[in-house]
Amino acid sequence: MRARRRRIAALATGAIAMSTLTACGAAAGWGGGGGGGGANTINVLMVNNPQMIDLQKLTDQYFTKQTGIKVNYTVLPEDDLRDKASQEFSSQAGQYDVATLSNFEIPIYAKSGWVASLSDDIAKDPGFDQGDILKSMQTALTVDGKVYGEPFYGESSFLMYRKDVLAAKGVTMPAKPTWQQVADIAAKVDGARPGMAGICLRGQPGWGQVMAPLTTVVNTFGGTWFDKDWNAKVDSPQFTRATQFYVDLVRRHGEKGAAQAGFTECLNNLTQGSVAMWYDATSAAGSLEADGSPVKGKIGYAPAPVVQTKSSGWLYTWSWAIEQASTKQSAAWKFVSWASSKEYQQLVGEKLGWTRVPAGSRESLYSNPAYLAKSSAFAKPTLQAIEGADPNNPGVQPRPAPGIQFVDIPEFTNLGTQVSQDISSAIAGKKSVKSALSKGQQLADDVAKQYRKREGK
Amino acid sequence: MTTVKQAQAGPAMTQAGKKKRSGVLLTGAAWIISVLFVFPVVWMIWTSFHSETDAATNPPKILSPFSTEGYSAFFGSNPWPPILNSLTASVISTVFVLCLALPAAYALSIRPVKKWSDVLFFFLSTKFMPVVAALLPVYLFAEKIKFLDNIWLLIILYTSMNLPIAVWMLRSFLSEIPDEMLEAAQVDGAGLVRTLREIIAPVIMPGIASAALICFIFSWNELLFARVLTGTRAETAPVFLTGFVTSQGLFLAQVCAASFVVSLPVLAAGFAAQDKLVQGLSMGAVR
Repeated sequence: MRARRRRIAALATGAIAMSTLTACGAAAGWGGGGGGGGANTINVLMVNNPQMIDLQKLTDQYFTKQTGIKVNYTVLPEDDLRDKASQEFSSQAGQYDVATLSNFEIPIYAKSGWVASLSDDIAKDPGFDQGDILKSMQTALTVDGKVYGEPFYGESSFLMYRKDVLAAKGVTMPAKPTWQQVADIAAKVDGARPGMAGICLRGQPGWGQVMAPLTTVVNTFGGTWFDKDWNAKVDSPQFTRATQFYVDLVRRHGEKGAAQAGFTECLNNLTQGSVAMWYDATSAAGSLEADGSPVKGKIGYAPAPVVQTKSSGWLYTWSWAIEQASTKQSAAWKFVSWASSKEYQQLVGEKLGWTRVPAGSRESLYSNPAYLAKSSAFAKPTLQAIEGADPNNPGVQPRPAPGIQFVDIPEFTNLGTQVSQDISSAIAGKKSVKSALSKGQQLADDVAKQYRKREGK
Repeated sequence: MTTVKQAQAGPAMTQAGKKKRSGVLLTGAAWIISVLFVFPVVWMIWTSFHSETDAATNPPKILSPFSTEGYSAFFGSNPWPPILNSLTASVISTVFVLCLALPAAYALSIRPVKKWSDVLFFFLSTKFMPVVAALLPVYLFAEKIKFLDNIWLLIILYTSMNLPIAVWMLRSFLSEIPDEMLEAAQVDGAGLVRTLREIIAPVIMPGIASAALICFIFSWNELLFARVLTGTRAETAPVFLTGFVTSQGLFLAQVCAASFVVSLPVLAAGFAAQDKLVQGLSMGAVR
């Protein structure tokens, strides 16, 4: 009996200790709803990419200390961020003042009145130098003449290849390769080293995974998701040829486990020497050339391969947008203008290293000698790729909505992801490209019908 | 004769052999199941002590050098507010659940109310609806009353989510108490409070411990509501944990380190209440 009592006493003590801890902890989450946290505090919702984590580390010392504005961050993986942002912005809950949104969301959100226009703030803040923002980025973030987002960093896509591996095989990369040339090179360098595949291409399902590089291939093969009158074109000969080419290339000379490989897996494959080439985001170059990377200095960069178009690289940017319902818009602008400024780029370069600078947003960075000294291998190809990307005219025919690697309509996330699942199955060898695309055509047609109806066609 | 003897001895031998063999088989199966359950956890801990590049290699490098870079990334990102939020939500909701479930269970077993089985079924029926169906209404309601990103919202939700389970568990523990024991107490002149404190409490302590632990674990691990309803201030540990997943760059070692640290409180609570838990669980099993 005594032993039992002692045990009960021990449990009770434990419970009290827990409650004491709790009482301290409770302060962390108490408080009212939207827009809370004091007049000089802003809440920021952002995607977990390395550039954002760097920003988080620098905020206290270089932003809060200067301005007195405290910044609370919520960091989420990309898919969760999109869910949370659409929930937050569509209900205008006002929980967040600023969020990272991509050039996919910003035009859609701007048309719905969910994000605040930044044009007035820009006009009042000449030091911010809006003219320095790369033109293609400005175009992608402007709706009806008003700016709704400031790019934090931007990217296009290009081909990365192991110079040493190609040289050992006696292969030269053309200055402007075509997809057929890339496929031939992939065949030649496949197995150049033990366990090394020819090329890494994304195969993981998701509209932002396999569909991103594949849609750029479709564009340059002369295909499109929709024609300008909203007719679905997913089973057209051009779309089919492009997809068949992509699937064949990755099945014959691609990475191991291609159906599950996304950006991260391919980055890892090229870093570890498991592939000789990789077609993906220009932002990967920073990681490949970082100190300690085993392939630093060994990578060559060529423009996105083409067939019928002059260029085929995509355009993507994570940008800062201010929620319309935010009650702290002036503090929010101070944060946005700091995070997307030249000074911030300089700060990252000096404190964390020039390969970690959020690039692809400002022209001035590409004439900064300190940046060029560290990134000469990929700075020019990146800038050219971004400048060459035209979201309003990415293929050989007029389009009904902007977007290179996506169609900028809310329905595309679902459509792209559903189609990508079948294409991923085709990459895994479980399905034919034809059957994947004929199902995709039906899905795309359902979306197209709504738009035809809306436009009275 | 010999044949008969042999024939008689034969089945006896086989039975003993069978028993031995089935014992070995059972032990083997138990080991296989334990290894299957423990393997992912061990793998997670193992991976958490690798560098990001080693953690991401395929096929995995088992004997790569020891590194704590995952842990420094986790602790460098200020994980304390989310952990304290989780602790607040889990502990307070568990205390609330016990305060409400104990009287309810008492009224459903020792002094059963009228139609007690209907009441019990009603409690269970609140778990029939998929949680996700309630998500949007709860979100909109919380937004209207300005209760988003508030830890009290989670405390209320977790209390109501775990209450039916606790009532069911505690009821089955309370029904274990023999009527004779309560009658004897009554005969000896013990009042309600004394009966509760000296007769009932010691007997069902293991039951309370296991119910509390289960409620604590469920609240600690809850992700769906926490992800949708919290923001920068009331963010809980599981939501914070998902933040380590990135689509650009490597994250396996960080996520494994974070998962390990975040699961420590649950492990600690489990170990602390281990003997009570075994008693509690076997108490239910005997029934």
